[in-house]
Amino acid sequence: MWANFLEQLINGITLGSIYGLIAIGYTMVFGIIGMVNFAHGDLFMLSAFIALILFLALAQLVGLSSIYVAMFIVLLVAMLITSLWNWSIERLAYRPLRGSFRLAPLISAIGMSIFLANFAQVAQGPQVKPLPPMFNEMILLPVGDGGLMIAYKKFVIVAVTVILLTGFWYLVQKTPLGRAQRAVEQDRRMAALLGIDVDRTVSITFIMGAALAAVAGTLYLVYYGVVSFSDGFIPGVKAFTAAVLGGIGSIPGAVLGGLLIGLIETLWAAYVSNDYKNVAAFSVLIVVLIFMPSGLLGKPEVEKV
Amino acid sequence: MQDAKRARGATPLTQKPSQEELSRLTRALRDATLVGLVTAGLCFPMIALRAEADMTNHLVLLQRWEWLIGAAIAMFAFRFAASMLNTGLGRTLAVIGIALLLFVAGHGYFTAFPSTTTTVFCLIAGVVALIAAVAIDRVDFDGAGERVSIKPPQGTGTVIAIFALAAALAFPLVMNNWLGPQGSLKWINNYGIQILIFVMLGWGLNIVVGLAGLLDLGYVAFYAVGCYAYALLATKFGLSFWICLPLAGILAAFWGILLGFPVLRLRGDYLAIVTLAFGEIINIVLTNWVDLTNGEAGISSIPRVTFFGIPFTAGDDGFAARFGLEFSPIHRTIFLFYLILILALITNYITLRLRRLPVGRAWEALREDEIACRSLGINTTNVKLTAFALGAMFGGFAGAFFAVRQGFVNPNSFTFIESASILAIVVLGGMGSQIGVALAAAVMVGGTEALRELDFLKTLFGGQFDPNQYRMLIFGFAMVLMMIWKPRGLISTRTPSIFLKQRKAIAGDLVKEGHG
Repeated sequence: MWANFLEQLINGITLGSIYGLIAIGYTMVFGIIGMVNFAHGDLFMLSAFIALILFLALAQLVGLSSIYVAMFIVLLVAMLITSLWNWSIERLAYRPLRGSFRLAPLISAIGMSIFLANFAQVAQGPQVKPLPPMFNEMILLPVGDGGLMIAYKKFVIVAVTVILLTGFWYLVQKTPLGRAQRAVEQDRRMAALLGIDVDRTVSITFIMGAALAAVAGTLYLVYYGVVSFSDGFIPGVKAFTAAVLGGIGSIPGAVLGGLLIGLIETLWAAYVSNDYKNVAAFSVLIVVLIFMPSGLLGKPEVEKV
Repeated sequence: MQDAKRARGATPLTQKPSQEELSRLTRALRDATLVGLVTAGLCFPMIALRAEADMTNHLVLLQRWEWLIGAAIAMFAFRFAASMLNTGLGRTLAVIGIALLLFVAGHGYFTAFPSTTTTVFCLIAGVVALIAAVAIDRVDFDGAGERVSIKPPQGTGTVIAIFALAAALAFPLVMNNWLGPQGSLKWINNYGIQILIFVMLGWGLNIVVGLAGLLDLGYVAFYAVGCYAYALLATKFGLSFWICLPLAGILAAFWGILLGFPVLRLRGDYLAIVTLAFGEIINIVLTNWVDLTNGEAGISSIPRVTFFGIPFTAGDDGFAARFGLEFSPIHRTIFLFYLILILALITNYITLRLRRLPVGRAWEALREDEIACRSLGINTTNVKLTAFALGAMFGGFAGAFFAVRQGFVNPNSFTFIESASILAIVVLGGMGSQIGVALAAAVMVGGTEALRELDFLKTLFGGQFDPNQYRMLIFGFAMVLMMIWKPRGLISTRTPSIFLKQRKAIAGDLVKEGHG
């Protein structure tokens, strides 16, 4: 009983770290330019594809045998290329619409989301792509009678998330880059007056969000072992839910929200109904927005006349 | 912006290239190289390598570096041409010329050349287009680049509307006479009825988004409610379409109110996300509640539409025999066409009338300023709820029509893409503009349907080329381009419903989009 619960808890945290990583991208972009970047979920899917191809390329074309080195290289290159994608998307589809009316960037983002999903389908084919299992050794935890077997990859996922989030936290809190980013988020015009290049800062925000989405994509691929072109939408909406739950605009909130959504979904699937696990996540979104629109760690919004 | 570039770049033909011109060349080269490199970077894993499953279901990589190089060269050339040329016409010609030359080059690389004539023609046309682009660019049209804004005279909208209506009324009969029952079926069904369904959905959503300013991303949920309402009532209780149609509308409106009550406190984007979540929940429930909806397998053998009780069958009491016509399945299609046309027109009529009533004026006032509305004693909850309920009701009508037309429904027809398409139609048409929405529906739905007809590309790109899979890719990209080109929609002027002394059109920029 307890062993089972613990297992579900670990599953939830694993899934939650992936959602949290995606949610940061939503929350940062919303914080800085006030738009819901609808294409972010599909960017995450694209990064999973990029990671898949890089894994295969390292194994088949380069002949690398160490899984740890491969993982490191894949993470690095996938972050780079996904960042390049998001940078280009921002330049092409969002920047011309900044200062336009509120719905325009949203529609543009929805168009981009459809484009990205279909781009992956056209470029890589509509079939589900399975990868040979990685980090699949089991670890025995001394819980209950007989212990509990947990796949090694879950620990890898949580460890990678923790390490990267620490680095990211340092970047945002302690470097000039992060200071500029937070300044633009607070007051774009004032930041510009003080000599901060707003366009560049927004670009960097998109790049940071994409890099974390790429980590999430790689970990998602390691966790599930498959990826298909339609995998972006649902995790995207759930990650947005996480961002809202934590309080949109707040980076710790996004991580916290991600963990909570991961736990709610896993526990719901384990103890209530697997078919309706997505309904649980979406209901959380609706309930939070209605009763607590500023989320757990967000600042309440004041409407000015 | 256009003028500034012209001033920087235009030099007379006789003058030698100045220092500025040279530095412009280097700048353009640097810029284009950057774009080429970025393209190569973007394409590197996704296009240059393709993971394919082999016989044992293991993934192997196929290498396609030539595509990456081609894409990078193409983007380099386009960017270079765009930064060296000053006029829009010159740029367009240059893009056409480069595309033609690349087409020849690509064809030479991948397959044999299609035929000498085609190759030579494309080569010559490409070179001519490039030369023309440069030549046109060097000619300084005196002030021709100045944009003259054309203001259509008052009443243009009415004239267009009358012509469009006449064209729509004549469309199936003309097509039937011209192409015969076999040939016209595709046109009436795939283009006519499909476009009209989306016109109706667009007009329904226009009440919510365009008039009341509430951003709804889950509109497809109401469409689904109407559709399943008819499908279930007809198959389980044997009710006829004409009884189910109002029931479907009422049920959808009921769901609209049910959703509306809790969420109407939310602002813009939040409301959008909640409605999106609601749409997804409806879809998941339809998929998983197998006892009621039969899940993914869907509900089949839904009773088809009848001519007010007379079925469209070949028998003696069928429509054709009663009216002394030769039996043809096209009769049903034509009837369906007029049915959806009438339903859409009813939607339009009701919307136009409601806009003049207090409730319609309250919608528009709410869109402009919610706080002012509340201060003036307008019950914003009721106003929002009526907008939601009415929009949902028309969605429900359209859903019932969809079920009777298809004869089969399953949850796959009600995905987020549908909601996004309907919202895109409303925004693209120019929010609040009825003609604009109809126009946008014709462009978007007709356009995506027309993309099915890309078979001629097979002759250009070889037999294994499947144009159909590029349909949604182009659709998504077109949405982005349309937003950049005309963020305020195709019809970007509005005529206010109420005015003080003189009715006059105002720019769309002056119309707010509401706070949700």
